Amino acid sequence: MVRLDDAVVLSNGFPLLSGVDLELVAGSLSVITGANGAGKTSLLRLLGGLVALSSGRGTVVGIDLSEGDLRHLRRRVGWLGHEGSFYDDLSVRENLEFAARALGRPTQAIEGVVERVGLTHRIDTTTKQLSAGQRRRLGLSWLLLRRPELWLLDEPYASLDDEGRTFFDGLLGEVVAGGATVVVSAHDPLRSAALHPRTLTLAGGRIVSDVA
Amino acid sequence: MIRIAWLVAVKDLRIEARSRVLLWQVLPFGAMALLLSGLALGPTHAGHSTAGPGLFYLVTLFVALLMINRSQGIERTPGTRASVATLGLDPAGVFLGKTLALAIELWVSGVVLLCGAVLVLHTALHGALLALPSIIVTLGAMAAAGTLYGALTSGGEGAATLLPVLTLPAFAPLLISGERSFSAALNHGALWQWWVIVVVALVAYLGVGILLYGVLEES
Amino acid sequence: MMKQLSQRLLGPVTLALLTLTFWLGMWVTPPDKVQGDLVRLVYVHPAIAWVALYVSFGTATIASALYLWKRTRSMVMDRVAHCAMEVSVVFIILTLITGSIWGRPTWGVWWAWDARLTSTAILGVLAVGYLALRRANDDPSLRARRSAVFAILSAINVPIIHFSVLWWKTLHQGATVFTANRTLLIHGIMAWTLLISFIAFTLLFFWLLRARYRLEVSRDQSRSVALATSLEMRRREGAI
Repeated sequence: MVRLDDAVVLSNGFPLLSGVDLELVAGSLSVITGANGAGKTSLLRLLGGLVALSSGRGTVVGIDLSEGDLRHLRRRVGWLGHEGSFYDDLSVRENLEFAARALGRPTQAIEGVVERVGLTHRIDTTTKQLSAGQRRRLGLSWLLLRRPELWLLDEPYASLDDEGRTFFDGLLGEVVAGGATVVVSAHDPLRSAALHPRTLTLAGGRIVSDVA
Repeated sequence: MIRIAWLVAVKDLRIEARSRVLLWQVLPFGAMALLLSGLALGPTHAGHSTAGPGLFYLVTLFVALLMINRSQGIERTPGTRASVATLGLDPAGVFLGKTLALAIELWVSGVVLLCGAVLVLHTALHGALLALPSIIVTLGAMAAAGTLYGALTSGGEGAATLLPVLTLPAFAPLLISGERSFSAALNHGALWQWWVIVVVALVAYLGVGILLYGVLEES
Repeated sequence: MMKQLSQRLLGPVTLALLTLTFWLGMWVTPPDKVQGDLVRLVYVHPAIAWVALYVSFGTATIASALYLWKRTRSMVMDRVAHCAMEVSVVFIILTLITGSIWGRPTWGVWWAWDARLTSTAILGVLAVGYLALRRANDDPSLRARRSAVFAILSAINVPIIHFSVLWWKTLHQGATVFTANRTLLIHGIMAWTLLISFIAFTLLFFWLLRARYRLEVSRDQSRSVALATSLEMRRREGAI
C-alpha cells in the first residue's frame, strides 16, 4: 500500500522529512507520534500527494510519488486535517454535495453519514458557525461518504470531547476491519487498547522507533 | 470538464451570495472610485467629460483586482486547500468555473458602474447601451486573464501586491480596446479592430488557462 | 573542442565588434541631412531594441516552453529562462533610455504616447513582474512552473499589447532598415555598420547570458551544500 525509501521533503530549503523509510500493508492501522515539528503532518501530506517528494523514492496505492500523477493519488486518499474542511461560507450539506458531485458520487447518502457523525441538527448551518469539534465531524462525514483506500488523519482527536473520541475509536476499528489502511498522527498513543496499532515515532524528520 | 466548471462556478457564486463581499465591499469601493475620478477631473470637466469610458474601465480594472484576490482567497484557507486537493478536480474545469463566476461578478459590477458613469460622469445612456456587448466580452477576457494571474500569484509572498504588478500590463490592451470601443459607440465610430483585440485576448487566455492551469497547482 | 573555443572567443569577439560599431558609428559613417549627428543612434537603439524585444525575451519564452514540455523539463531550462529575462530587463531599460534620448530632439519630449515606446515600457513591467514572481515563490519546482507559465503568457501578450497601442496612437518613425516591400532603406557603410551593431549586441546578450548562467549554477551549488548541511542537522535532531 505504502513504500518510502529515504524520502526527503523540503520546504524553502528546510528538510521537513530528512530520509523516511516506511512500508505499510493494506488494512493496517498506524499511529505516528512525535514532538511538535518532528514531521508528522509532512509525512501524512507526502502520503496524500499534497507535497512533492524532493528526493528518495516512494509509492502510495501503486502510484509513484516522483513520476506518477499526484492528482490520481489524491482522489484515492482521504484527508482529515486539523484546520477544518472545505468552504467556510457553505453549509454542511452544500459542502458535502459539492464534494460528492465533484467525484461523481451519489448525494443521497449525505443525510445518513451526517446523522452517523451527529451533525443532523447542523446540516444547514454554514461551516464557519460550527465549533472546531463539529468541523472535525464534518471532515469525517466526508470520509465516510467517500470510503477511500487510504485514510490520513492529522491529529483527529484534537478538539473532540470524550463522546467524540469514543465514537472515533469505534469508527477506526470499523474502517480497518473493512480493509482500508489508516494512518493517524497523534501526540499521544491511542486511548483504545482494542485497536492494536503499529506506532511509529518521528524525530528530526525521520522514523526513530517502530513498535508493532 | 464542463461538469466541474459548472460545479465550481455555482460554488463560487453561492459563496459570494452568502458572504456578500461584492455587495458590501467591492461595489462601494467602485462607486467611491468613480466619484473620486470625477473629483480628480476638476469642477469644469467632471460633469461633461469625454473621459467617461476610460474612467469606467479604469475603475472596473481596480474592482476586478479586488475580485480576483477574493476569488483565489476562498481557496486559500489551509483546511480548504487540502480537502479540495483530495477531490482531484480537473484543472481545466476549475479554471473555466472560476472564470465564469468571476465574469458574472464583473458583469454585475460593470452594470452598476455603467449606471454610475451615466449618472455621475454624464456618459450618454444610448452610447452606454450600444457599448454593452463590447463591455461584456472585455470583462469576460478580464475574468479569464484574472483567474490565470490570480492562480499565478496565489500563495506566494506578497500575493496581494504582486497581483496588480503582473495583471495590469495584461489588462492594458483590454483597457485600450474597451475604452476605444466604448468611445466609438458614443461617437458612432468604427469598432472592428477593438473587437479583434478583445476576442484574440479572450481566446488566448481561455486556451492557455485550459492547457496550463494544472501546472500552476501547488504540490 | 570547438565548443570550448567558441566560448573562449565569445567575449573578445563581442568586445571587438562593439568597438568596431562605436568607431564606424561615430567617425566613419556620415551624418543625416535632417537629423544630423543624432542619426548615429541608429547604430545603438535598434540593435538594443532587437535584443530586448526579440532575442532575450524570445530566449526566455523558448526556454520556458521547453521547461513546461515534460520531455525537455529540466532546471537548466528554468535557469536559462530566468537569466535571459534578467538580461532582457537591462536591454529593455537601455531601449527606453536610448529611445528617449533620440525622441527628445525629434518629438520635443522625453516621453511620448508612441506605440512602440508604450508597448516596450509595458513589456519592461512584464519582465520585472517575471522577476518579482520568482522572488515570491521559494519552492524551486513551483517557482519554475509559475514563472514558465507567466513567460508564455507574456509572450502571447506582446503582439496583443503591440497592436492595441499601435492602433491607439503612433508617432514612431517608420521602418529604419527595410521598407514594407523589403527594399533596403540605407546603403553602403551605414548598412554595414548597422549589421555589425546587430551582431555585436546579439553576441553581447549571449555573453551576458552565459556569465549570468554560470553565476546561477554556482549559486545552486552553494545551495546544495547548504541543503546537505541542514539535512545533516535535521537528522541529528532525531539522534538526540
